[in-house]
Amino acid sequence: MRKNRLLFAILPIFASLAACSATVNTTTPATTTGSPGGEAAAPAGKSRLDTVISRGKLVCGVSGDLPGFSFVDQTGKYSGLDVDFCKALAAALFNDPEKVEYRNLTSKERFEVLKAGDVDVLSRNSTWTASRDTALGLEFLATMFYDGQGMMVRKDANITKLEDLAGKSVCVETGTTTELNLADQMRKLNIDYKPLVFENGDATYAAYAQGNCEGVTSDRSQLAGRRTTLPDPTNHVVLDTVMSKEPLAPVVANNDSSWANVVRWTVFTLINAEEMGITAQNVDEKLKTTDPDVKRFLGVEGSLGKDMGLPPDFAVRIIKAVGNYGEIYERNVGTGSKINLPRGINKLWNDGGLMYSPPFR
Amino acid sequence: MSTAKIPLWRDDRFWKIVLQILAVIVVVVIVDFFLFNLRLNMARRGSTFSFNFLSSQASFDIGEALISYRSSDLYGQAFLVGLLNSLKVMIVGVILTTGLGITAGIARFSNNWLIRQIVTLYVDLFRNTPILLQLLFWYFAVFTNLPKVEDRVLIFGSLYISNRGIAMPWMGSSTVAWLSLLGLVGLAIAAFLVWQQRTKIMVEQGASGQNLLFVLLGMGVTALVLLIFGLQWTFPVINEQGATTGGLRLTAEYCSVLLGLVFYTGAFVSEIVRSGIQSVAKGQWEAAKALGLNSGLLMRLVIFPQALRVMIPPLTSEYLNLCKNSSLAIAIAYPDVYAVSSTILNQTGRAIEIVLMIMATYLIINLLISLFMNLLNSSVQIKER
Repeated sequence: MRKNRLLFAILPIFASLAACSATVNTTTPATTTGSPGGEAAAPAGKSRLDTVISRGKLVCGVSGDLPGFSFVDQTGKYSGLDVDFCKALAAALFNDPEKVEYRNLTSKERFEVLKAGDVDVLSRNSTWTASRDTALGLEFLATMFYDGQGMMVRKDANITKLEDLAGKSVCVETGTTTELNLADQMRKLNIDYKPLVFENGDATYAAYAQGNCEGVTSDRSQLAGRRTTLPDPTNHVVLDTVMSKEPLAPVVANNDSSWANVVRWTVFTLINAEEMGITAQNVDEKLKTTDPDVKRFLGVEGSLGKDMGLPPDFAVRIIKAVGNYGEIYERNVGTGSKINLPRGINKLWNDGGLMYSPPFR
Repeated sequence: MSTAKIPLWRDDRFWKIVLQILAVIVVVVIVDFFLFNLRLNMARRGSTFSFNFLSSQASFDIGEALISYRSSDLYGQAFLVGLLNSLKVMIVGVILTTGLGITAGIARFSNNWLIRQIVTLYVDLFRNTPILLQLLFWYFAVFTNLPKVEDRVLIFGSLYISNRGIAMPWMGSSTVAWLSLLGLVGLAIAAFLVWQQRTKIMVEQGASGQNLLFVLLGMGVTALVLLIFGLQWTFPVINEQGATTGGLRLTAEYCSVLLGLVFYTGAFVSEIVRSGIQSVAKGQWEAAKALGLNSGLLMRLVIFPQALRVMIPPLTSEYLNLCKNSSLAIAIAYPDVYAVSSTILNQTGRAIEIVLMIMATYLIINLLISLFMNLLNSSVQIKER
């Protein structure tokens, strides 16, 4: 009799197991995170675009601790260039730049989280490289910011070039292209140095501020941003040496071209708006224009929005919400902001920079 | 009675077999479910399960390495560097923890009020705060605030301390030095055997044992000579660039991880030692005192061997904890196996393979420790005849 009871105890386990397997076989298995963005990366036949629209908000992976790009202030509000891109995307989709859920991701976990489908898009100062685009199974879209790797040192440390770092320590964040570029550069110059690899940005810069390393390396924009949060910003200087090319671009998972198109053309919308001289202030006026190019861009004519799976006035929504690329740049990292970075190569193509949008046609 | 057929479901033997089969099926179904999930998800991401990435170029640097490593080496070599760094923390950590824990545990029985209070304070403080916090404390609060590397402090004329770590005299790396080390170990073993022999003949034959005492003395002198001259000590010196060379140089990261783990785990070990000692019956203490043993001999010959029986199983757990906690080293930039692996994971995107490798590494290390400690445990148990 005792044994029989045991059997009855076991039976429900089997029943539930069978149920589990059934779910697996009939539907696509959800990842176990249970998060709103927990859908699989790219289910066949269903684009992430539909998922996002039916969810009613965008899940955007950001850094969260990088002034100028994505930074959470004391009130929990996000701001920065990367954040404004998330807002632009939300504005295009929902006509509301606040319909974004931000996820703070470390550089180590960002790509795995994206591939697992827990975020829709990664707008987290990620460098576009060949191996990430191919071997890692990611889709980099269009460069939002052309950056280069730099080295920040103390002014009084007597370091003016990389060679002066021989025998010294350099702090770097793990899982970044900077970690690799640093190794390459130092190998090229045959400099014996000691890397101190930290798991997140805050620890990296805390160690640098405390003097555990003589230099800290990262993208130059990031160094400029981080410098503002150091205890004595004026006492630190970014060396002139540019160690690498760092095109920072939003990223989505592979094999979902509808969604990739929306994200890619959101970047171009921002750049094109600046090129056409459309700003958050004058966008309503521009709607009345007779210029067919502008009319098509703003959705007064043609079907660009519909072809992308977006409303016809997506560009108007974006520009109203966050402005054009130039406005975003100046607001977050430009010379008027705390970060104080000149536009440099991030100017428009017709102004001597690299920012270029394919035609909206 | 003899041939009355028992229904199958009333047959105990039948159920025994059926339940075994059911258990196997449950395990197979669960494992298969996870494997299926894994395959499906990997296929969806377009990745295949393979360890081939280990033989591609790592192209990142590692802060400290026991074997030669350059950024042009392979991922496999990088993993090995991390593994050796981990082992360096684990092995030294276990040895120091044992020393600290036993000392603190015994000190709790000290007749000195002050020592007892200090040890109690130590145990309560270190046992009741998180280990991660303690690691950050050692690194950011202790080592960072030591004098800068330019104005490093010299202690005893040969020990340099700065915010970059500790440099101390250490044996040379020549063949002679290694042979001397081997000689020292050999002498120690021989001296132990001679000592036992001497005790034996003194007890059994009532001999004075003076001859063997001279032998021991000779061994001691030889050992001293080997220790001073044979090991070819090198001393840390500062070269013209201001960098320290020679001697044993321990980085601030390594020292922080080591001290953090040793002080944290040592507090637990001291409690285990205390409970072990208290588990020995009071009669044993009284009997040993009645025999006229002084307090040192009493502890060494009577109490401690008996306490070991109680101590070893929980002590094993603490060693295992120390090894696992060493993976927190990444928080303070010490390149242990976990830290290096996470860099590899990030560069290659091979999450499943690398997490499996990390799991296997810690599992194997801990199984070896368990095996060794179980052998030790069975050797100290009461031999019943």
